[in-house]
Amino acid sequence: MVEAGRSPNIEILTNADLISLKGKPGSFKADIVQRPRYINADDCTACGLCTTYCPRHQEDDYNEGLNITRPIHIDYPQAVPATYYIDPRSCLHLTHDTCQICVPVCQSKAIDFSQQPEEMTLEVGAVIMSPGFGRISEETLAKYSYGKHPDVVTSIEFERLLNPSGPFAGEVRCLSDNRHPHKIAFIQCVGSRDIGCNNGYCSSVCCMYAIKEAMVAKEHNPEADITVYYMDIRTQGKDFDAAQKRALDKGIKFVRAKVADIMPWGDHLRLTYSTLDGKHNFKPFDMVVLSVGLESPPDAQKLADMGGFKLNKYDFCATDTFTPLATSKDGILVAGAFNGPMDIPESVTQSSGAAGIAAGLIKKQRGKSLIHKTYPDEKEMGDDVRIGVFVCHCGINISSVVDVPKVSDYAGDMDGVVYYTESLYSCSQDAQEVLKDKIKEHNLNRVVIAACSPRTHEPLFQETLKDAGLNRSLFEMVNIRDQCSWVHANEPDAATDKSKDLVRMAVAKARHIQPLPEQTVPVTKSGLVVGGGIGGLTAALNLADQGFNCALVEKQDTLGGNYKKLDHTKELIAQVKKNKLVTVYTNSELQQTSGFVGNFSSIISSGKGAKVKETTLDHGVIIIATGANEHRPETVLGNTVKYSQNIVTQSELALQLEGKGKSRAPKSVVMIQCAGSRGDDLNYCSKTCCTTAVENALTIKKINPDSQVIMLYRDIRTYGYAEDLYQEARQKGVLFIPYEMDNKPSFAEKGGKITVSFFDPILQDDITMNPQMVALSVGMVPEETDTLSKLLKVPVTADKFFLEAHVKLRPVELPVAGVYVCGLAHSPKPVNEIIVQAQAASAKAAMPLVKGYVTVDPIVSNVDKGTCIGCRLCTSLCPYQAIQMVKDENNKPKAETIVASCKACGICASHCPTFAISMGGFTNEQINSQIEAFGSGIKEKEAA
Amino acid sequence: MAKAKKSREGTVMVLGGGIAGVQAALDLTDLGYYVYLVEKSPAIGGVMAQLDKTFPTNDCSL
Ligand SMILES: Cc1cc2nc3c(=O)[nH]c(=O)nc-3n(C[C@H](O)[C@H](O)[C@H](O)COP(=O)(O)OP(=O)(O)OC[C@H]3O[C@@H](n4cnc5c(N)ncnc54)[C@H](O)[C@@H]3O)c2cc1C
Ligand code: SF4
Ligand code: SF4
Repeated sequence: MVEAGRSPNIEILTNADLISLKGKPGSFKADIVQRPRYINADDCTACGLCTTYCPRHQEDDYNEGLNITRPIHIDYPQAVPATYYIDPRSCLHLTHDTCQICVPVCQSKAIDFSQQPEEMTLEVGAVIMSPGFGRISEETLAKYSYGKHPDVVTSIEFERLLNPSGPFAGEVRCLSDNRHPHKIAFIQCVGSRDIGCNNGYCSSVCCMYAIKEAMVAKEHNPEADITVYYMDIRTQGKDFDAAQKRALDKGIKFVRAKVADIMPWGDHLRLTYSTLDGKHNFKPFDMVVLSVGLESPPDAQKLADMGGFKLNKYDFCATDTFTPLATSKDGILVAGAFNGPMDIPESVTQSSGAAGIAAGLIKKQRGKSLIHKTYPDEKEMGDDVRIGVFVCHCGINISSVVDVPKVSDYAGDMDGVVYYTESLYSCSQDAQEVLKDKIKEHNLNRVVIAACSPRTHEPLFQETLKDAGLNRSLFEMVNIRDQCSWVHANEPDAATDKSKDLVRMAVAKARHIQPLPEQTVPVTKSGLVVGGGIGGLTAALNLADQGFNCALVEKQDTLGGNYKKLDHTKELIAQVKKNKLVTVYTNSELQQTSGFVGNFSSIISSGKGAKVKETTLDHGVIIIATGANEHRPETVLGNTVKYSQNIVTQSELALQLEGKGKSRAPKSVVMIQCAGSRGDDLNYCSKTCCTTAVENALTIKKINPDSQVIMLYRDIRTYGYAEDLYQEARQKGVLFIPYEMDNKPSFAEKGGKITVSFFDPILQDDITMNPQMVALSVGMVPEETDTLSKLLKVPVTADKFFLEAHVKLRPVELPVAGVYVCGLAHSPKPVNEIIVQAQAASAKAAMPLVKGYVTVDPIVSNVDKGTCIGCRLCTSLCPYQAIQMVKDENNKPKAETIVASCKACGICASHCPTFAISMGGFTNEQINSQIEAFGSGIKEKEAA
Repeated sequence: MAKAKKSREGTVMVLGGGIAGVQAALDLTDLGYYVYLVEKSPAIGGVMAQLDKTFPTNDCSL
């Protein structure tokens, strides 16, 4: 968010409403009205004085109305833009023409009641709709006693209760009498999977967030007794099942039940629920959390009318399986929860994909309005060391444990420190201004920030340094959140001491840091896509649409992968073959890749045996789309499987159902879900098998309504709109019977006769039957990934799927710059999600190609040729081939770093027998001084 | 009412400044476009800005 606020190429128009939208790709006209804030953004310093003086109260929407704020306020300190605003609904001046107390209070004279709505017309080439989701109606919530009892809260309210900036400063308390709730119930599927409120779909995210909230509540109060009431636990995302397992390990209970009623009961709530066996049970709770679903946004219809695109029957944006990011109107794309309920990783992926498509649509206009950011010249370092230390409270995330003022004061006494201070949120936009000012005011030439994780925030601070005329390497960050306040949450004194140690070490290092030059390297403007299935085809075409050459390498002799038979795939193959920018290599494999982002060189081998041909390709980026295959487990739930006519996989059944004649539908079939997945022999949920099985069940019922279809399952995971299919299958008489892992179904075939036995929790009895067929939902396994993983030095998960750089914020990038992943090689997923990911991966991959150059991280190895004895140890050890031998003027061999290839792993520096190699930003001198500083602290303590 | 006109080639409008809109805007700038990020509320961030921690990584980061 802060990044968006700082970008010179993003104009944020808040308080803004779209009132009309017309046009076509390349030229849209959007009329916007911007409502006044009544506060000038340029003048407001976000000091908050006005809020303390404003006499009027109003509900705090940001905190879901759980506490009170004033009409003049800011939602939260890190808000972007960091400007206060006046809510016209309750401001005394704006409603009653009185008051105006705030006007003279504001020292920077930022308050301006004369502001009027401003109308403007934006002329743009394309539009992306991302208005998100709306709230489940109060009427639906009332069925769960919401509104009747203050301790029935929604999950969003519960998020606020958990949050340090929430109504009770991060303490979970009952709204009725402020006590800490001991027994907490979560009720799933509120406003989802509920035809009663016309939301037949599953909201897909609430199971996962309920688990998260329950876990965080447990962290707040380990004694809390938490039960989740659910129909199915839908944690189908990558590694999401593990989250539920952790919750179970923490003692969070999961009960498969329907909640019938919630009633006030003394100062408690009484929950009535019925379990599968038909029994009604009662239980008291202190607090009930409703896991509310995601509703279409309130102005969906208005937006659709203005934009001229269609909504689906649930009033979310209508899209097609094969064009999942396109609205029905050309040039208007959609991303995020408005495109159907989805979580953050999925939203982020969709956004990248939609951005890429928009970019392709108007590629002729590319760069025409781009503003290139310039930085002031780097100032002279001078001889003095002038360090500034900034210690962050992170709201109360750090300061609730660590004594921040003490740490800051401690830093003030250190050598070289000329300025020190605390800040509430160092990452907020106004804090960046403060940082810049302080660098100038105190002529700082090194900055130490003690705050959260450098992984997420270092780039932000370094950017601010550059804005202030400092080289970004003149920066040292200490993580006193993860490493102090989080891990030592129960030992505030020790956490404070450790923070002091870390700050002391950082300052010691900072005394020795030097500016490092930033280098740029040009890129080869083309891509390489590995894998020619639906994901690879989509990615290659997208890169071509954006104007870049692309090589598509496929192992098999034909393109199309798992979805060869789809019309859409055939269409893609035809387009790829026609497209002049795409070169296809079938029967081919990637043999070798060297280089780095922007400058890869790969060898592709084509053909087999004696006729192998090798091609060398230079390219700037790589997209991995190697896919997955159907799993074929030899045992399922402890039963040895002998695949036959009658014991088949779901895909074999689907094939059989494609034929002719009524008999192709088995008269009776038992489908077994999670056959191999979710801890049977694969550890993960294969995500697609529930929907596939339900589809097959429906096809069978369509061919022969008398066929008996029984599905044995653990959780039916027909998330999103697929829930409609599940409901339809139930209506059509498909029987769904859950099994537990401690009482698994058994099946066997003997002399052509199949016997299946399982426990029926509804009848509370063991059942044995002889269906005509058993269909196994076998899941999927990734295509071999070890070779590529080694070749490209990118990691895979324990389950052998490629591991992305950050699951939430960088879902299609791999940790090696310039390498991207999409489709089943990333994790199991249905075809529409594969396409979205391929579109996202190609958008991300296009970025360095568009830019035309890459910046080399200044932290690279550096060989001191005078000390180097030419032993070549480093060249043999470097995993990235980033060190070469050159001859010096005396013709002696000396090592030299290829900076653009160096990944700064430090192996060379740590092995060099003569200490000739140092790492920029991690010199021996710097590290030694850090170690000494650590030791001096121990001495101090011993002395005391 | 003042009427401003903003007409430039190579621009895209993103409507809604939640995580989806913000990400789309950032990516568009990296792809060479100038973006108008239109948000109806006084701040960007959407629902994510209200969440305490977010799965799957349970950090706050943005
Ligand atoms: C209780 C709860 C907990 C959750 N926890 C997690 C979690 O831990 N991890 C996770 O991955 N996901 C979680 N989610 C899901 C997550 O909130 C969504 O995936 C995400 O917010 C979707 O982002 P978005 O940008 O599409 O929508 P939103 O966040 O809804 O943002 C939409 C934005 O558009 C603006 N807008 C709407 N209409 C208009 C208009 N007409 N004009 C201009 N602007 C408009 C809105 O003001 C808003 O700023 C949770 C959801 C809930 C309800
Ligand atoms: S004028 Fe409005 S915002 Fe200002 S102090 Fe009065 S009520 Fe508050
Ligand atoms: S099953 Fe779907 S709708 Fe119900 S709580 Fe889980 S994710 Fe939400």
